[in-house]
Amino acid sequence: MAVKWLPRWFFQLASPRWCYQITGMLIPWFAVVSITLVVLGTIWGLAFAPADYQQGNSFRIIYLHVPAAILAQSFYMLMALAGAIGLIWKMKVADMVAKSVAPIGASLAVLALLTGAIWGKPTWGSWWVWDARLTSMLVLLFLYLGVIALNSAIESETTAGQATAVLSLVGLVNIPIIKYSVEWWNTLHQPASFKLTEKPAMPPEMWVPLLVMVIGFYTLFGLALMLRLRNEILQRERRASWVRDLLSVKA
Amino acid sequence: MSNQQTSFAKLFVHTFKRDLVLAFRRKSELVNPLIFFLIVVTLFPIGVSPEPQFLAELAPGLLWVAALLSTLLSMESLFKADFDDGSLEQLLLSPQPLFMVVLAKVSAHWLMSGLALTLVAPVLAVMLFLPAEGMPGLMLSLLLGTPTLSLIGAIGAALTVGLRRGGVLISLLVLPLYIPVLIFGSSAVQAAITGLPLGGYFALLGALLALALALAPLATGAALRISVSG
Repeated sequence: MAVKWLPRWFFQLASPRWCYQITGMLIPWFAVVSITLVVLGTIWGLAFAPADYQQGNSFRIIYLHVPAAILAQSFYMLMALAGAIGLIWKMKVADMVAKSVAPIGASLAVLALLTGAIWGKPTWGSWWVWDARLTSMLVLLFLYLGVIALNSAIESETTAGQATAVLSLVGLVNIPIIKYSVEWWNTLHQPASFKLTEKPAMPPEMWVPLLVMVIGFYTLFGLALMLRLRNEILQRERRASWVRDLLSVKA
Repeated sequence: MSNQQTSFAKLFVHTFKRDLVLAFRRKSELVNPLIFFLIVVTLFPIGVSPEPQFLAELAPGLLWVAALLSTLLSMESLFKADFDDGSLEQLLLSPQPLFMVVLAKVSAHWLMSGLALTLVAPVLAVMLFLPAEGMPGLMLSLLLGTPTLSLIGAIGAALTVGLRRGGVLISLLVLPLYIPVLIFGSSAVQAAITGLPLGGYFALLGALLALALALAPLATGAALRISVSG
């Protein structure tokens, strides 16, 4: 093996059976850490962090909004990366990861848009503003929806996985282009009155709980991903003997 | 080396000619996207307001959106006929690089859709009271932008070619990717109307085209192999 410094379990992740077992061992840890961090971050952010001097208490929605937005973006990258691995090395597990990530990422993008709209109502006075960030998040949601639609339209699982991988890679190349073109379009068309969107330099009492929430969200949705992935593995490997053994023992 | 180059050129020319001949044998399909373009543009004065001043303001974006939609509409047929009669499989089996085949097919397709749209656009622009200063901006931005639209659309067409109902799906896949071209295209027309310098817009549209020329045929080729083998 060319890469000797990687631990053995890393390579074992490529086999659905081992992946099922390893994620099974990781899940309790992720559950404990994520619940602790999210509860801690929520209480800290909502109750103890100081109110913003301009926006008052309405700014507190960033403790939900920012983690959701960050995760929506990084899950798209994860999806494209997993898709590429599946496409190049024909790894079944990578395909399954890509498939399981898509709905989670899409719902995070929806969450980011919803919280953005709720924050926008008191701050901007309207539910929706064609702000550069909101618009590029909306486009990201469209990209997710396209990937999900394509995946569900193709019957064969392998073909669906490969086609989705190509699409998400094309999307990955386009995301920076879309992001910058939208930003550029926005500066052309919008008056500069919405500069409020640019975050002020936050004091540590504000950003530490935010950081806690971001890490909490990563572990929480990593957990969600593992649960989905395990379902996907069982469903696709239902004809394998180890799945049959597992299910018959439980039944 | 030179031998190989001539064979690449030959491959391109042959595929290109074949697609042109096939397209001209089904003239109605050739005209349909143009008629669609015309109808969509007609809908707006009827649906919104026929007032010249308002239409002139709307015209750059409207013409670009309509051109984008009619390109998209024509994309579905790019590989469909070849897929149905099995010649796509022959193309995939040939030892020649798929990159060139895809490039030739997209070029022929663009000649029928994108270039035709560009040539028809001024007529519609006059109907929408687009100021005369905007005309060169419109023509040039469409000329630079529509090939990118065709190249990106080809990826969507290749991904959905094996599906029975790919029509709506392809727009779902491709439209988000069209957004940068739409932004720079319609901004170029707007800049032309207000008399601002256009060079930057064309440079950006050209950059998008260069990127699409280099990468989109690769993705299209991979997508075709997946769709046909699946």
